[in-house]
Amino acid sequence: MPPHEAPRTRPAAISARGWGWRHGGRRTPAVHDLDLEIAPGERVLLLGASGSGKSTLLHGLAGVLGDDDDGDATGRLLIDGRPAAAARGRSGLVLQDPDAQVVMARVGDDVAFGLENLGVAREEIWSRVDAALDAVGLDLPRDHSTAELSGGQRQRLALAGVLAMRPGLILLDEPTANLDPAGVLEVRDAVARVADESGATFVVIEHLVSTWLPVVDRVIVLGAGGALLADGAPAGVLDAHAAELRAAGVWLPSEVPWHAPAPDVAARHPLLTADRLDVARVHGRPVLRGVDAQVVGGGILAVTGPNGVGKTTLALTLAGLLRPEAGRLIADPELAKGARGEPWRWRSRELLTRIGTVFQSPEHQFIAGTVRAELEVGPRALKLPPAERDARTDALLQSLRLERLAAANPFTLSGGEKRRLSVATALATRPRMLVLDEPTFGQDANTWRELARLIVALRDDGVGVVAMTHDEAFVEAVADRRLELHRTMVDESDTPAGTSSVEAPR
Amino acid sequence: MSIASVRPGLPLAAVNPVAKVAATVPLSIVLVLTLDPVSAAVAIACELLVFTLVGFGPLLWSPRTLPIWIAAPLTGLSMVLYGAPSGETYWEFGVILVTEGSLLIGLATMTRVIAIALPAVVLFLTIDPTDLADGLAQTLHLPARFVLGALAGLRLVGSSVDDWRTLRLARRARGVADHGVVRRGLGQAFALLVLAIRRGSTLATAMEARGFGAPGERTWARVARFGAAEWAVIAVGCLVAAIAATAAVLAGSWNVVWA
Repeated sequence: MPPHEAPRTRPAAISARGWGWRHGGRRTPAVHDLDLEIAPGERVLLLGASGSGKSTLLHGLAGVLGDDDDGDATGRLLIDGRPAAAARGRSGLVLQDPDAQVVMARVGDDVAFGLENLGVAREEIWSRVDAALDAVGLDLPRDHSTAELSGGQRQRLALAGVLAMRPGLILLDEPTANLDPAGVLEVRDAVARVADESGATFVVIEHLVSTWLPVVDRVIVLGAGGALLADGAPAGVLDAHAAELRAAGVWLPSEVPWHAPAPDVAARHPLLTADRLDVARVHGRPVLRGVDAQVVGGGILAVTGPNGVGKTTLALTLAGLLRPEAGRLIADPELAKGARGEPWRWRSRELLTRIGTVFQSPEHQFIAGTVRAELEVGPRALKLPPAERDARTDALLQSLRLERLAAANPFTLSGGEKRRLSVATALATRPRMLVLDEPTFGQDANTWRELARLIVALRDDGVGVVAMTHDEAFVEAVADRRLELHRTMVDESDTPAGTSSVEAPR
Repeated sequence: MSIASVRPGLPLAAVNPVAKVAATVPLSIVLVLTLDPVSAAVAIACELLVFTLVGFGPLLWSPRTLPIWIAAPLTGLSMVLYGAPSGETYWEFGVILVTEGSLLIGLATMTRVIAIALPAVVLFLTIDPTDLADGLAQTLHLPARFVLGALAGLRLVGSSVDDWRTLRLARRARGVADHGVVRRGLGQAFALLVLAIRRGSTLATAMEARGFGAPGERTWARVARFGAAEWAVIAVGCLVAAIAATAAVLAGSWNVVWA
């Protein structure tokens, strides 16, 4: 199709007519018989429970669902009256994972990538690259390394890459789910500015409604299988369908899904004390210095701070997985139960009943072929009798609503299911202390509520919980103490990125 | 923390990588044709001279080239101990037979490894992967899909290194890190593969969404030049190869391996 037919700055119109898509190898379609019209220039927030086919619709609009080998399409999905798959360049897509969508090693080259693919002349490419970087507020030289960008900067880079292509339609699939609060606003504002300047139509998927409410003018809610549940002006839809949205796991504005009852302060007892602790991922390069903290049984400590301050490294150190660079990490006899020395000296098996760890990305800790086998890994390592093993596994499957999935491969679960399973694997060996790295991050409100309840139930059982988190709702509604990590000036090699901290009751 | 990270301004960094790779080819051919110490020793001397003149002095003696200085004598030593015996026997111990011939072969092998690996390592340190991709696609006209796909994939190597570290810690947390190093290593390698494929397919989606693989002519934002500087680099490579070959022939040590 000759390019002059579609000038790229004109906002795009979307039209779905009885559209459906079934992924190859699945029995039921992800989206079925969807009818939808979006006028040029509209700004749409697309909501729905996980499994409602939101992402499928977005990927369909971006033309990246693939061909007949990848799945079966029914009906029509049109952009400006042409099939979406044939309208490459009319739409641009920004995905959730900031790490997985940087294509090139230099900032300028990355933005230029899409333009090269569209066959834009070289003289024009660089002026468009500069304009796009400027529009998203990335004030960096073209040859800046993309490896050195923060999560928020990477998402804005992805947006610039899309913007440079001058699409009539910008599609955003949970663009801020992996970012800290500052990064979320950074990206949201860049999207709003870009939409104002270019007039492009945009469609965004996000659980956190309050983030996007100020910049959208229409909300569409999809139910199971892509059925249209609600559609209209934001305020009207949110008021009229609050119950359904809540059931679908949507975070309604200024609503925290659940508040924990206050902890029993008298029952608290110290488990692990960090005394002027320096932590490092790679030996000799501390990222955080002089941390004083105490994990207490029957209490929940939230550790907060910006991306890159060293929260994960601190978590892995407190969990006995990394050796501290300096300082002491003292386990109370109640936690150590005979294991000698600091936790990093304990044997892998000794950790199981003492400190459980839930990693930021659940995939990193899956080692078995089925959900049930995954839960049995810990009990087997402890050589528990089969009856006890089965009893624990069954109880966990039930309490975390994973029974239906017992025979499924852990890698095939949805995001929320993976998170629940990774928590369950840590609980199967009943540790006295639990370290959680971003447990509620990017989760919908339903999973959030379940996790919050579970963590508080552990607290009430006397388990000591420490959670690294960006999630202010979690800090407010669930944690009882907060340790805030601050970034300091990084100038000399002996000054780490993050430094000491203030621990205060909430 | 990535192989694909941007290289700092080393000498020759601006030269088309295709020329740098091409420059190493003639010498490699010469050194594979003959197995004698003279050609390789002369080549090493030339390399050290040329690299020092161009400004690679510090790089030559940096830890980056250390593996060569360690690996080359080891390769040579194995040839000394087990190489085809000939001439006078100096030492014998079981299958080990050190002879005049095997000593010569050992020396020839060691110098060869250094002479071939040194320019490869030094020149590759100056090659930015993006420039290499541009060169491969624009100068050699290799398919853009293949070249850019490989370039993007290279970026994932860095994240795989981080993944591997995290996977190891996660296994310790799961209570299975006390025994069975081999089996655990295999499982961990498989998990790494799964993660790499997932990240790769996300990246592929992101690339596709930006028009990668769309029909129509692709343009290039950066120009891969091939001019006087590139030809000069290749000429120097040819010259070094010629000097090494001539020296061996004049010294009478030139021996084509299969002759």
